[in-house]
Amino acid sequence: MTLWSRLRSWLQATLGRSRMESEMDAELRFHMETYAADLVRSGVAPAEAMRRARIEFGGIDRAKEECREARGVHFLETLAQDVRYGLRTLRKSPGFTVVAVLTLSLGIGANTAIFSVVNGVLLKPLSYPHPDRLVAIAESSPPFDAGSISYPDFVDWTKMNHTFDALAAYRHGDFTLTGAGDAQHLKVTEVSASFFPLLGIRPVIGRDFAPDDDTVAAAPTLMLSEQLWRAKFGASPEIIGKSLNLDGRAYTVVGVVPGNFYFCCESMNFELGDAYTPIGNQNADWVTDRGTNPGIFAVGSLRANVTLSQARADMDAVSRNIPVVYPKWKNHSSRAVLFPLVERMAEGVKGTLLILLAAVGFVLLISCANVANLLLARATGRAREFAVRAALGATRRRVVRQLLTESLLLAFTGAILGIALARWGTQAGLKALPATLPRANDIGVDLRVLMFTLTVSILGGLFFGLAPALRSSRPNLHDTLKEGARGAGGARHRRMQAVFVITELALAVILVICAGLTLRSLTRVWIVDPGFDPRNILAFDLSLPPSVGKQSPQQVRAFLRRLPEEVAAIPGVQTVSLSDGAEPLGGDSEMSFWLEEQPKTKIHNPLTMSYLVSPDYLKVMKIPVIRGRFLSATDTEETHLVGVIDTVFAQTYFPNQDPIGHFVRLAYKDTPVEIVGVVAHVKQWGLDETGAEPIQVQLYTLAEQMPDPWMQWLATAATFNVRTESPNYPTADTIRSALAGVNSEQVAYNFESAEHVIAQSLAARRFTAILMGFFAAGALLLASIGIYGVMSYVVGQRTHEIGVRIALGASRADVLRIVLGDGATLAFAGVALGLCAAFPLTQLIASMLFGVRPHDPLTFVTVATLLTFSALAACYIPARRAMRVDPMVALRHE
Amino acid sequence: MEKQLDLLQGTLDMLILKAVSLGPLHGYGILLRIEQVSKERLEIQQGSLYPALYRLEHQGWIVSEWRASENNRKAKYYRLTAAGKRRLQAETEKWNRMADVIAGILGTTREEV
Repeated sequence: MTLWSRLRSWLQATLGRSRMESEMDAELRFHMETYAADLVRSGVAPAEAMRRARIEFGGIDRAKEECREARGVHFLETLAQDVRYGLRTLRKSPGFTVVAVLTLSLGIGANTAIFSVVNGVLLKPLSYPHPDRLVAIAESSPPFDAGSISYPDFVDWTKMNHTFDALAAYRHGDFTLTGAGDAQHLKVTEVSASFFPLLGIRPVIGRDFAPDDDTVAAAPTLMLSEQLWRAKFGASPEIIGKSLNLDGRAYTVVGVVPGNFYFCCESMNFELGDAYTPIGNQNADWVTDRGTNPGIFAVGSLRANVTLSQARADMDAVSRNIPVVYPKWKNHSSRAVLFPLVERMAEGVKGTLLILLAAVGFVLLISCANVANLLLARATGRAREFAVRAALGATRRRVVRQLLTESLLLAFTGAILGIALARWGTQAGLKALPATLPRANDIGVDLRVLMFTLTVSILGGLFFGLAPALRSSRPNLHDTLKEGARGAGGARHRRMQAVFVITELALAVILVICAGLTLRSLTRVWIVDPGFDPRNILAFDLSLPPSVGKQSPQQVRAFLRRLPEEVAAIPGVQTVSLSDGAEPLGGDSEMSFWLEEQPKTKIHNPLTMSYLVSPDYLKVMKIPVIRGRFLSATDTEETHLVGVIDTVFAQTYFPNQDPIGHFVRLAYKDTPVEIVGVVAHVKQWGLDETGAEPIQVQLYTLAEQMPDPWMQWLATAATFNVRTESPNYPTADTIRSALAGVNSEQVAYNFESAEHVIAQSLAARRFTAILMGFFAAGALLLASIGIYGVMSYVVGQRTHEIGVRIALGASRADVLRIVLGDGATLAFAGVALGLCAAFPLTQLIASMLFGVRPHDPLTFVTVATLLTFSALAACYIPARRAMRVDPMVALRHE
Repeated sequence: MEKQLDLLQGTLDMLILKAVSLGPLHGYGILLRIEQVSKERLEIQQGSLYPALYRLEHQGWIVSEWRASENNRKAKYYRLTAAGKRRLQAETEKWNRMADVIAGILGTTREEV
């Protein structure tokens, strides 16, 4: 009530300024005239009455001024006055202003940049209808906690749940488009009919999928991406209703997906497609096989007012109900697992982003401390000004306000520059960043980012402005006015500056240690042996035309043998292998197995990573053979089945015995597979694989030895690994024309050298290390400038004393020692404090590190040394100046 | 004539609140009422009345409106709000307690110590 009335009266007073003034005039005039009239009535002459009324009223202007003050009108006026005065003062010392503003704009800019990324990736609501209701869904089926979903499970979840408005499934697919120009590889994302409506995506032209399209019986339908529609079909609306041939099947184009459609979920396997087709219409076994998890994931839209935990409980019940409804699957133990979609999208980068945000927070603190020090040094020069103001009656509050206004002016100017810097920085950074950053389109400077920057600047301005303001607003009038030049309270100033410098150094130590650890992790990952030799390997994918699959299994085998031979004939190529299934650092493919000695269990036999290869695979990849032999060309469909395992497989399932000669059973083969060799473990999950990934054991079998019914599936696509003599890889066209001799309808795509794949897998880590290094270098520089500034100030303050010392016989070396000693005290204190603080703090980034412990002694010692030396180097310049002090000049200065 | 008393620091606010609690008044009217009720024993600096009025209004204890005065001119009338009423009550109680205590102290005789 009173707060409101105050605000109202303040607003009225401020906004209705002229009205208030005229009302005040009228009110006072009424008072005096009525009083004068009363006087007249009591017998005073009219002219005399008015005069007496005025006199008795007292000072009218003072009364008015007090009235205005009573209603808080002064606030804005004082502010305007302070701003004008502040601007004038700052303009008068351009050197100080430029340094302070630049320092602040770096700090604020870095914060704005990182926050705008955090905002876009983690905070902004997704740009779909009801973004808060969207849920990402995976399936837990041992050994995967959140793996892909079996299609029949998805269908039953959709039917049986009570908490979702809609569920939508998707899966990545590769198809070959033929009959429209050259054969072309297309990424075709298979989606359920509910997918686009759930995300609120309307087709540009045509329609999206109807539930009827999403069934096995329906005629195949296709939606094109706007990009493909424009590039391949010239954005012609005639495309609707046309038929396109994908993998030998005719698809009717029903619509075009808008080009700005964006969805991403790296941890859940979503890729934007060149085209989209209904998932339930696929002609594949997994459509009906509940036991297969073919890379399907799902999103769901919760019903209004349903919480995530309610949905989890509901989906748990639904999952448990499936084995009851289908007695054939009574041991089916898969469960739906739910995550908020927005979290799942940022899954991989959240930790990194938060750490980077903390790092730039440190940079800002350091730049604030630096500016605080500058202000303190400046305050000494202005001590006389404050003393005069205090002597003239300015209250302490008034002076503090004036000084804080100046600080905030600096901060806001820094913020404006900082925002410009941040916009430029994020744009440049995003270009350099691997395309893996989710929601990159959502990154930008929006209202929330501006609010953040504003808050940061105000807090920063108060942080670095308050201490100097409080200090200098309490001048020792007597001393300052008596003896102007060397301001009083130098010791107090120095103590406070010391606190700031020590803090800065400590923060810089922490930051540089974190950067050092990140950098060392990167170098550690870099030198990890991937288990194969990635030099001079070029890999590409090939999709084969449907005509191949229609041939007899023998013909397919002959065809698959011939393809690598054609590529191997290219000059410069040494060996070529063909593979299917898992690719190191690429896609994974698992197979369930059981050992011949152990009985097959009904459900959940163990899984192994499965590499389906040609015999030359080992020669191309140069994986070391540990025992026995690798698969060879003499192992054919005629001879008995053979397999090769990795060392982890051997240790896990054949501890303390020789695995060679043992047999494993694979689900799809009637006869057991004999283990003929053991090879080194390959880092399937990436160079920074920890051993905690769900599947570590690896099994190599021959593609050729796959049973006949599988030949048709093998004949759809394959990956080629080409070992060359030098990194001068054959061009895609050379390879395409070599392959064209075998069949003209196949499409080769995804040409990538193995080294590039490895570099890509480290791109995010490298980017983080570069940014951390960048911030740490900034912190180091700022902290050095900070200690330099303080020591210069101290030397300036002590010129007189040093002059006296020299005059009394102190040598130059003594002087140098004194000044460096002062600096060293600060440096050691700062570094020691930083080391102590870094000890617990580095634990926080432990999850980002690889091969380096958070308390890595080498990093700690190196950083401590580096920081101490930079600090001492920064002290050396003022120390030299002190050394050159001319005693005569110093004394005369007095 | 008995010498007029100077106003004790901080009591003007209380007197204004009391004056307007008896009915809406304009500034000059408040002045007259206080003088009249105090039987001319209190003198209020006319110039200090208005800042006090503005302060009280700013704090929400009184509100003002323009209306015709008894001599048919437009004047700004002040009226007590509910919050002002509570404030007046609290101030009055405080004042009475204070006056009792001080009177007690000043009335102490040697025998009572």
